[in-house]
Amino acid sequence: MKASGAQIIAHLLERHGITYVPGIPGGANLPLYDAVKASKIRHILARHEQGGGFIAQGMARTTGRTAVCFATSGPGATNLLTAIADAKLDSIPLVAITGQVPRAMIGTDAFQEIDTYGLTIPITKHNYLVRDAAELLEVIPEAFRIAGSGRPGPVVVDVPKDVQNQVVEFDKWPDPLPLATPPRPSAEEIRRAEELISKAQRPVILIGAGVVSADAGDFVIQLAERIDAPIASTLLGLGAVPSSHPRMLGMMGMHGAPSTNYIIHEADLVIALGMRFDDRATGKASEFCPNAAIIHVDLDRCELGKIKRPTLAVEADVKEFLGELLQHLSPGPRPEWRERTDELRAEFPLLMPGSDDACQPYGCVLQTANLLDEAPVVVTDVGQHQMWVAQAFPFSFPRQLLTSGGLGTMGFGLPAAIGAALARPDKTVVLFSGDGSLLMNIQEMATAAELGVNVKVILMNNAHLGLVRQQQELFYGARFHASRFEFEPDFVAIARGFGWNACNLGQATDPVEMLATALSQPGPTFVNVPIPRTVNVLPMVPPGAPNIEMIGGHSHVCQNA
Amino acid sequence: MEHVISVLVENKFGVLAHIAGMFSGRGFNIDSLAVGETEDPSVSRMTIVVHGDDRVVEQILKQLNRQVNVIKAVDLSQETHIERELVLLKIATTAKNRREVIEIADIFRSKVVDVQHGSLTIEAVGSGAKIAALIDLLKPYGILELARTGRIAVARG
Repeated sequence: MKASGAQIIAHLLERHGITYVPGIPGGANLPLYDAVKASKIRHILARHEQGGGFIAQGMARTTGRTAVCFATSGPGATNLLTAIADAKLDSIPLVAITGQVPRAMIGTDAFQEIDTYGLTIPITKHNYLVRDAAELLEVIPEAFRIAGSGRPGPVVVDVPKDVQNQVVEFDKWPDPLPLATPPRPSAEEIRRAEELISKAQRPVILIGAGVVSADAGDFVIQLAERIDAPIASTLLGLGAVPSSHPRMLGMMGMHGAPSTNYIIHEADLVIALGMRFDDRATGKASEFCPNAAIIHVDLDRCELGKIKRPTLAVEADVKEFLGELLQHLSPGPRPEWRERTDELRAEFPLLMPGSDDACQPYGCVLQTANLLDEAPVVVTDVGQHQMWVAQAFPFSFPRQLLTSGGLGTMGFGLPAAIGAALARPDKTVVLFSGDGSLLMNIQEMATAAELGVNVKVILMNNAHLGLVRQQQELFYGARFHASRFEFEPDFVAIARGFGWNACNLGQATDPVEMLATALSQPGPTFVNVPIPRTVNVLPMVPPGAPNIEMIGGHSHVCQNA
Repeated sequence: MEHVISVLVENKFGVLAHIAGMFSGRGFNIDSLAVGETEDPSVSRMTIVVHGDDRVVEQILKQLNRQVNVIKAVDLSQETHIERELVLLKIATTAKNRREVIEIADIFRSKVVDVQHGSLTIEAVGSGAKIAALIDLLKPYGILELARTGRIAVARG
């Protein structure tokens, strides 16, 4: 068999089931583009490499399967870095294939040369600089295996242009490699978990992204019902357990309901599943669940003991762990604890003022949810709107929420929504964005228009970097600086300019009706929602403070509305 | 507390950058680092000396073992092991005190490997404590240059 490096890549991507590859061509990856043209893969032309990276992430986050993106050398690769780093922090399986200058020119500061390998070491699970086309036969399957195995993550494969052109002979095409088998819990670990649970009077279950990627939501519900425990979620765990489940407390931490943080504070056992005790979820870690024993289950052993010392650490796939545990665990009703949690939930709920007004934050989220017959894929950008969505949206299925949690990348939303729409053409994709975030990748409106994807953008427009404004108000003596946009673009005109349907709820006599019409239109649709400019997301745990010290936690009224 | 970590890695492009990057990226300090091939040329051994409490070292070991190119990372301080470091010390000497310096070198079973009119170079091999003691004794004469390999170590038996 004989093929060039570029042909090997294109063929192996096909063999790994890749149907779409977003990216942008340039000098150093043109051989690859030539080879992909002759393949069954459909290329999605992004308008910025970061957009291409996030389109791929949108596909990977929606399906759980590894997605691929392309960029050329130099600025192509540096533009992609943010999307790769974002995938690393949120454990998203991604294979980024970058062009590099020819081998002989590496190290000479050639045109569009940058050390992509060196730049991506700290933001990938693993990376490669391919120095011979024959290596690709091993590297590409390995890249997919590494990206998808265990705790998923991004892999970069940097391929010099002459390696793409190099023709090599080989015996046969390699098959995709099996993913690594996740570690199983030992019998002793299950026995100890059972023991800790049976001794506990006030257990709480905490779920994170690991529950989503293990598809273990049903087991979590069984556990909660078996041991009579409430469930709280990190931002990235939302959707794994439906918001409507009676024991689901919603999001914990910095912007969680006060009752959720109080309940966790009172727990005597925390069962932490596929979550990593991130500071946004725990507040001041040393004062998080101070009286609780901790069972921490995670695939990645580095997370066990990194932030909180667990009483029992289990390196295992959450689903395997719960499957084993549920076989052994006898039912343990805890009526007093249930009563106490119900009491706290009634006394300190998350209040959502303005929930019937589509031009108020909570109303915008809830009305949108109400108007859709079928649950949409929900994408957010980063900022206040993201927290309002996390607090208020009624999530009903895993992988429903796509949001940049760890890196918190503004500009994530629009391209991720395009990727989600490509991966789930059967679904409506709703992107809630902010006027700060949307501008950071607004060029992808052109990509969406070209594809005609079913993306609905709901722009919560307050002409501010809202979360920055909020922090300046609360923690910097209301000395506002650089958080207000003095020039306000006409987003509706911009969207129309990109060929989108667009409307402005601010000019509607019946905003809900206008929103309904917008949501029912086919193809990309933009809705500008002018929201009050100085509303804060409450409650809020000040950064570095314990979770029970919430601003707006006790007398929870929206003072600034 | 000091820990001597021994890491077997695949002898491949970029592995050192991955390991060094993990230490700097996560804020762990390296006291010394020595790398070389093992009996199997496709495998290298890195000996990394670090300071840190048990929790820090546990996290370092976990992070190392997670690296794709790491075959195995262990904390040799947890078991009996042999460690050595080679040091070259160039000492300022005069005709008058040269004899004294050579005597000190002898006591430490180290070798004089170069003699010039104004200086003398000693090659010393030993554990961390021995090298530290030798340097301490030679300091008053004036250490002109000092080069050390960093420690290497293997487990006993």
